[in-house]
Amino acid sequence: MRYAETGFNLEVDLARGNIERVATDPQLTELHLGGLGTNAKLFWDRVPPEVGHFDPENLLIFGTGLLTGTPAPSCNRTVVSAISPQTRLFGFSIMGGFFGPELKRAGYDKLIFSGKSPAPVFLWIHDDKVELRDASHLMGLGTLESAEVIRQELEQPDAAVSSIGLAGENRVFYASIEQGRSSASRLGLGAVMGDKNLKAIAVRGSGDIHIADPARFIGLCNESLAFIKHRDKNPLKGVMPILAGLGSPQEMAIDDEKWHTENFVWGNARVRRKGFWTEEVADEWTKTMDSMRTRLLSCFNCPMKCGAAISVDTRMCSYMMKCFSKLTYTMGAFSDLEFGLRIAQKATEHGVDAFSAPQTMAFAIELLEDGILKDSDFPGMPADSEGRFYWLLDRIVRREGIGDVLADGTYWAARKIGGGAEEYAHNCIKKTEQLPLKLGMLNHMYFLMYCTGEKANITQIEGNFPQVPFPTREENEDWNEDWPQVPDERFKEWFRDWELRGDNSIPHYPSAEASFEIVNWQEKMHYIDDSTGMCAGLSSFPYKPPFHIHNLPTLISAGAGLDLDEDSLSHLTRRNRDLVRANNIRRGMRREDEKPPDDHWKHRFPELEQQLLDGYYEFKGWNPDGIPTLESLHELDLDYVAEDFLQRGILTENDEAPAGAAAADGEES
Amino acid sequence: MSGPQKKIVKRIRIDVDKCNGCLGCEVICSASHAMPKYSSNNPARSRIRVIREPLSDIYVPVFAGEYTAAECAGRDKYIIDGKEYEDCAFCRAACPSRDIFKEPDSGLPLKCDMCESDPSLDEPLCVQWCLADALIYEEVEVAAGDESETVAELDAGLQALAHKHGWPKVRDAVDRMKKN
Ligand code: SF4
Ligand code: SF4
Ligand code: SF4
Repeated sequence: MRYAETGFNLEVDLARGNIERVATDPQLTELHLGGLGTNAKLFWDRVPPEVGHFDPENLLIFGTGLLTGTPAPSCNRTVVSAISPQTRLFGFSIMGGFFGPELKRAGYDKLIFSGKSPAPVFLWIHDDKVELRDASHLMGLGTLESAEVIRQELEQPDAAVSSIGLAGENRVFYASIEQGRSSASRLGLGAVMGDKNLKAIAVRGSGDIHIADPARFIGLCNESLAFIKHRDKNPLKGVMPILAGLGSPQEMAIDDEKWHTENFVWGNARVRRKGFWTEEVADEWTKTMDSMRTRLLSCFNCPMKCGAAISVDTRMCSYMMKCFSKLTYTMGAFSDLEFGLRIAQKATEHGVDAFSAPQTMAFAIELLEDGILKDSDFPGMPADSEGRFYWLLDRIVRREGIGDVLADGTYWAARKIGGGAEEYAHNCIKKTEQLPLKLGMLNHMYFLMYCTGEKANITQIEGNFPQVPFPTREENEDWNEDWPQVPDERFKEWFRDWELRGDNSIPHYPSAEASFEIVNWQEKMHYIDDSTGMCAGLSSFPYKPPFHIHNLPTLISAGAGLDLDEDSLSHLTRRNRDLVRANNIRRGMRREDEKPPDDHWKHRFPELEQQLLDGYYEFKGWNPDGIPTLESLHELDLDYVAEDFLQRGILTENDEAPAGAAAADGEES
Repeated sequence: MSGPQKKIVKRIRIDVDKCNGCLGCEVICSASHAMPKYSSNNPARSRIRVIREPLSDIYVPVFAGEYTAAECAGRDKYIIDGKEYEDCAFCRAACPSRDIFKEPDSGLPLKCDMCESDPSLDEPLCVQWCLADALIYEEVEVAAGDESETVAELDAGLQALAHKHGWPKVRDAVDRMKKN
């Protein structure tokens, strides 16, 4: 009997149209849990570094988390993985909504697509019945449009559908996979789906999901709901409203956007708009939200309702919006919220990532303004900012004219355009666009997170430790009063003594060692979530969440019938984390790729930064080039990775130990 | 006879405007009715189902009511504030016309038991798990049905049957039912 998971994957060979239900090895669950962990293992075993993003051998995996679909609140995540056309690394993008639980109830933990279909198809899964169906009539349709057509055609109004739009069909490097309430947006995995000629996946399941230790499991679920209620009535004090609650940032519910609008930089990640959030703007935005937001929406089995139904036409729900896309188009085009909500509807139907798309459009406009691109590159483009954005979006998703170049994202487009355009792709890490944020003083903890984050997306690694201290030590102490989520008391001490200015401020305080622990803790929580399928919004992302390192081992153990404690879960998570890295190291990622954008902070400390990176690599058990050492691979039961590294000459027998001592094991201290 | 009788009725107030479509109510209801309790969950076994049409902004939590062997002679279709609800959307019956409220394995009808248990719960579980307050539990006092009215109703019903079929047939039918 398998608990929480089904014990079966579906292997779909799109080239031959062959579909197989394959039993999985329970030992892999013990070693990697599920979701990202087992996705990374499949990529290691089956996708060698020679395979390019648009090669038929690239896999596209939809992997549910180990606890996805169980009663644990917010366990609804599906981790989509493929080699990314943007980063050319092992890409993963995580979606919530309803798809994962439905897939599990149909009897599968993962969908594994290989090959390319000769003609457009969609996959229909109804419990044991699985078939590839013709999708030629769906080509060109939007993501939500095609999902509706599929539901009607199958007469299955409740089927969960993941689909791509024009952007995915045309292999836009930042194409998303949309699923209604949620999406896998980052790193262009929708382009891989389009390249495989797979327009959509529809799934309906009617089976049970089992729990190993029901009483213990439901006890923790009930506790978490009580905690969520408590936090709802008692927002955190002293932090911006958007940071005071749980869930993904509550941008659909909270109208106060002073913090995001004024602290981030807009257009092509350039302009900080201090003083933007006036009373008039606040009024206007509130009115827009009130008239266009028809309902707040949750994902499967989660009370946080971070999404919203947005009406831009006669429909009560034209599409469903999730947090940050509210701002990226609005602010990227220096326009108003109504424009932002309207263009986001089109962008959602076309299926593009709401981080990368508006930045790429603003990048094009900058290049035009600075004469690197010419008017003749934009034939027929309207003069107003809103009109330009609509025009560019349309060209990009069709890959027409300049759109064909811009469809590769700022990094790759700049290299095609040349003539100095490279300088304008200034907001990338590992070739993918970052949050638009430019700050003054180097924050050494964020420096490490930006450098080493495997997905090159800060929101996937930051989280539980406050971004800044409070103005006074007393306030820091107040915060500590009620902070059981920290791994141990040292974290509170580091926070207590942290100051905004003076001796104990960034980039020298918290100390290097403390910073390593803080960064490592935050990252660890994300890796746990990404293998269990829990939403970061109730665990690794917000301050003081209901799920944390002290209750997750019990939750996972009780749910899946494993025997985990904090140490063994930390060790397992480190294994998953290094296996993800191993995939990327094998694809050529090295220390020189691990750097934040040059202009991310105004005040930089090159020497200190390199010392920090050296120290953190060592702390992680990686050599000075960022490669996991033979010794740490052995500790993590990843000898097969070590062997491969040796064979490929990535490591040599004496290359393994970083200068100095044996690798520190951060997690088990 | 004494004054009008009162009785306490358990009621769940459903505020469809507050529903966020999470299906937490279905998860906990089906989990709590699993054997052993909470050992599995499956919305198909839930005694509450949320009729959802996200693109029409329709979210209607419906509790499983009585089983009916035959579907109604006709169906209803509500349009409220421009939203067109599916046929029989608000009906609670486990009815041959649709899939909901039937055990997926046996096909036997499901019925909400208001989480009757010993010791009894403060609130039914679906209400507890609905943090959106779309489901609110209430105990309300209502007038108990008047005995004489019930008798009058019965008389009227029998008269109607006799009018249609004649007294001998009605008498035969009653005798036959008594024997079975
Ligand atoms: S916290 Fe928000 S995004 Fe996360 S599962 Fe809940 S509703 Fe979805
Ligand atoms: S738990 Fe409440 S909000 Fe969620 S679907 Fe049920 S009724 Fe709606
Ligand atoms: S009251 Fe209890 S039995 Fe009825 S639907 Fe709610 S959880 Fe199920």
